[in-house]
Amino acid sequence: MSFGDWITEAQNIVFLVFAIAMLFASVVVVTSRNVVHAALMLVVALGGSAALFLMLGAEFVAWVVVLVYIGAVVVLFLFGIMITRAPTGRDTARLDHERRWPALLIAVATFATIATTTTLAFEDTEVAGEVVRTAQIGDLLFNRFVIPFEAVSFVLLAALIGGIVLARKDADE
Amino acid sequence: MNVLFDNFWALLGIKLLLIVLVVMTTALVVIYAELKLGAHFQHRIGPYFAGGRWGWAQPLADALKFLQKEDIIPAAADRVVFKAAPMVSLMAYFAVVVIIPFSPRLVVQDLDVGIFYALAAGSLGTLGVLMAGWSSANKYSLMGGLRAAAQLIAYELPLVLAVVGVVIQAGTMSMVGIVEAQAEPAFHLGSVGIPLPFVLQGQLIGFIIFMIAMLAELSRTPFDLPMAESELVMGYLTEYSGLRFTMFFLAEYAGIFVMSALVSTLFLGGYFLPGLPSNVFGPVILMGKTSVIIFLIIWFRWTWPRVREDQLQGFAWRWLVPLALANLAVTATLKVVF
Repeated sequence: MSFGDWITEAQNIVFLVFAIAMLFASVVVVTSRNVVHAALMLVVALGGSAALFLMLGAEFVAWVVVLVYIGAVVVLFLFGIMITRAPTGRDTARLDHERRWPALLIAVATFATIATTTTLAFEDTEVAGEVVRTAQIGDLLFNRFVIPFEAVSFVLLAALIGGIVLARKDADE
Repeated sequence: MNVLFDNFWALLGIKLLLIVLVVMTTALVVIYAELKLGAHFQHRIGPYFAGGRWGWAQPLADALKFLQKEDIIPAAADRVVFKAAPMVSLMAYFAVVVIIPFSPRLVVQDLDVGIFYALAAGSLGTLGVLMAGWSSANKYSLMGGLRAAAQLIAYELPLVLAVVGVVIQAGTMSMVGIVEAQAEPAFHLGSVGIPLPFVLQGQLIGFIIFMIAMLAELSRTPFDLPMAESELVMGYLTEYSGLRFTMFFLAEYAGIFVMSALVSTLFLGGYFLPGLPSNVFGPVILMGKTSVIIFLIIWFRWTWPRVREDQLQGFAWRWLVPLALANLAVTATLKVVF
């Protein structure tokens, strides 16, 4: 399919709008000199990914992204930033780090891995074009994928306990 | 007429306009109710002259007054974030109205993920509060924003858990589906089926938890620490004036309406009342139930003192969350057994 054909389809234009907004926001997240701006741009990028899930008909996943990532994770980020140091205006402290090149390498490698596996797994599969019912997801999660699901919840529990251990101060110390 | 409804964009436009109109009008009515009820709780008369009778035009006059005021942005403020914050706050509540059913057919969009969408969209309001608190470059604002965020994080959990109890009992997350589940007969007296709202079908604890968490989410007394006047001037609203303050103000009262409508739909049977056809009387029934909840919220504000910050956090994490989890476990067990 030539680019001319591709761009005339409505869903591709919508995709392009969201993708460009997400790309711009993601670049600002990394380059911004202000931590709070970076966190707010992360909201835009995550909102874009929720929109892409909606375009695929994955309604439930889209709203999970909004509720968990924007409503909880980024809000906690912002809370943490503000309670420790809240730079208003231009932040003079350097946000850079001397290990930025390894970080870039890891980022590119992760992207390559995810991009390759998803492309190989789905290849030319057509999107069904209808909204996936939440009941279907529930059925899959608690029947076919119940063991991975429980394993993930166990990992989360371990992280939770780890967090409590790190944060707590014993009386005798 | 059908031409208009068949066109996607025209229909979308009508729906958006309706949402804005409904939210704005109800917000003004709730503001009036607060002024008038608050006055009577304190043995005053309250608004009296505006509009000629009972001072009914007072909220309109207030809105006009706010619109004329100078729009001040502090010199040290982060201009873009400062300007965007009230919009984010107001938009979150507009988004929730989409799934509230006023009758079986009178609903903007009955989503399959219904109530889950409402919780997700509503959680964006926290972001607006944090943005306002930080961008104002004012210590009071920042403290208010921090308190608001800490409170919203703490009470979001019991709120969601209370809703999950209802979802388990109804077997669906669609708002219309939840109301229809309450319209089903809960038990039979002879040959007559008696439908019961979920609050009477074992979700009483869930209802109480939801009401408490809702007060905290709305930053209403006794949980109005984010803008405790005696300590923080006006919290995250301190630096706002004119139109932007009006937007936050409207968002606050629109939030009261939206959350009350959610409670009515989830626990009190929504647009359904036995014996009345919901297709015709649905909106009136829902508004009636919502008004009762709004009256309760206003009543609380003028009756109760404010709690302390540590009491607020301890109450959420030590009492509400375990209670909500226990409620969830019992509901799920009963659902499997029966």
